[in-house]
Amino acid sequence: MRNPLSKTIVEIEPSGIRKFFDIVNEMKDAISLGVGEPDFDTPWHIRDEGIYSLEKGRTFYTSNAGLKELKEEIARYCKRKYQLTYDAAQEVLVTVGGSEAIDIAMRAMLDPGDEVLIPQPSFVCYPPCAVLANGVPVILELQARHDFRLTAEQVEAAITPRTKLLVLPFPNNPTGSILEREDLEAIADVVIRHDLYVLSDEIYAELTYGERSHISIASLPGMRERTIVINGFSKAFAMTGWRLGYACGPKRILEQMLKIHQFAIMCAPTLSQYAAVEALRNGDEDVSRMRKEYDGRRRYLLHRFREMGLECFEPYGAFYMFPCIKEFGMTSEAFAERLLESEKVAVVPGTAFGLGGEGFLRVSYAYSLEDLKKALERIERFIQKLRNEHGTV
Amino acid sequence: MREKILTFIEKNSRIDIKELAIMLGVDAAVVLQELEAMEEEHVICGYHTLINWEKTGIEKVTAMIEVRVTPQRGMGFDKVAERIYNYPEVESVYLISGGFDFMVILEGKTLREVSQFVSEKLSPLETVLSTRTNFILKKYKDHGTVMAEKSKDERMKITP
Repeated sequence: MRNPLSKTIVEIEPSGIRKFFDIVNEMKDAISLGVGEPDFDTPWHIRDEGIYSLEKGRTFYTSNAGLKELKEEIARYCKRKYQLTYDAAQEVLVTVGGSEAIDIAMRAMLDPGDEVLIPQPSFVCYPPCAVLANGVPVILELQARHDFRLTAEQVEAAITPRTKLLVLPFPNNPTGSILEREDLEAIADVVIRHDLYVLSDEIYAELTYGERSHISIASLPGMRERTIVINGFSKAFAMTGWRLGYACGPKRILEQMLKIHQFAIMCAPTLSQYAAVEALRNGDEDVSRMRKEYDGRRRYLLHRFREMGLECFEPYGAFYMFPCIKEFGMTSEAFAERLLESEKVAVVPGTAFGLGGEGFLRVSYAYSLEDLKKALERIERFIQKLRNEHGTV
Repeated sequence: MREKILTFIEKNSRIDIKELAIMLGVDAAVVLQELEAMEEEHVICGYHTLINWEKTGIEKVTAMIEVRVTPQRGMGFDKVAERIYNYPEVESVYLISGGFDFMVILEGKTLREVSQFVSEKLSPLETVLSTRTNFILKKYKDHGTVMAEKSKDERMKITP
């Protein structure tokens, strides 16, 4: 019998997070700080709109690119939040989560051998998506000493004649790092000089703290034509299970993405699209309520980590902390496994997010303050124990 | 700052002041000072506990009474309200727009106790024109809190 499998897919490593997931799942009473989704329920008025759309019998396909009302709301939202101007009819595409948008953007833009610059640590899907699009991932290792910001020098140093696309995953999962205007301007300058394109994954754009609101690279001069902006409803509106995201970008690229979407997906779920219209029309207050809550937890966690003497830079985005555990002389994976065994607290080893993650842990604060407090007490006890073993205080 | 403090303690008045200060990114002394000032100014009127009496086995009856009154000369609604809210069994009194004037919320041990209050104390007030007593059969949500037990975290334990 012939091998039924494609070589390309077999060679792709399964997600590193999967392995840890299996261990944690066997432990029934573990407290997890390992989740990458909001702890809030989708705000009721948005759920209500979903229910209402089912009651009305809106159970058919929508047009491939998405409901007209939704695309218009998305264009308006991009304008009012991030000063981005897109033509709702031709430059907005509603997708099944941000993940689909990432996948089809790469497939629409890459030819075999094209190099894709991917900063890491970052969300797990960029390298496999690049490979599936016949591209070649080139990893840029984000540095703790730069608070895990991407620098223009790093981008420039990695450029070859085959470089085509730069992935910009900020605000960043797993580090919580963000890029500010000066960072973006310097990167934009390199991108324009070397005639590159940018895939800007802005799924956490609504979750930035300390008066640092998100800036989209597409809003900088000369960048709109070179950027695909990816965003969605999962993180900002606590709608992960609705599977709804979108891509915005120049018509020339979007119309090719639409082709893939149309053949592979048809359209995003209709019910979710109606709910999303409501989210964009009347959801600002919910977003700001959740943001305030995350911000309080973020400060609390940072304070506690520093109290424990754990090195941790202050993250200004998403809902993750990325403390350093290098002082204990073990790998992130070993640390996370031992923490789980001895204190039943689950965190994700930084290495699950690629290069640059060794020596760090991703700790999510998408949990109630009570849960966080309980988990932190256990973590504190654990590191005391380790320090005693090492004889360092 | 006040609004931020109030938003937090409205939902959790037992929160530790130090923790609250950390979450707001200010000094604990500032939070303490603001709290004391707001207590002084009666912005903060109390720190109560939300109890689901149904689960205790202790009998409690709550009634919402619609009251129509004639405000008398030299004695506006405020005076009438005062006559009503001074009774300790009265839980809340609101002046209402619409078909009646006051909404009076009353808590008693038994139906009888509540009806006695209405017939013997509330109705005989000379300004009271009529009352309509609505007994609460079940409390689903109170002070923004759903009374049913908290739902479990249904998220997967680890997700990217």
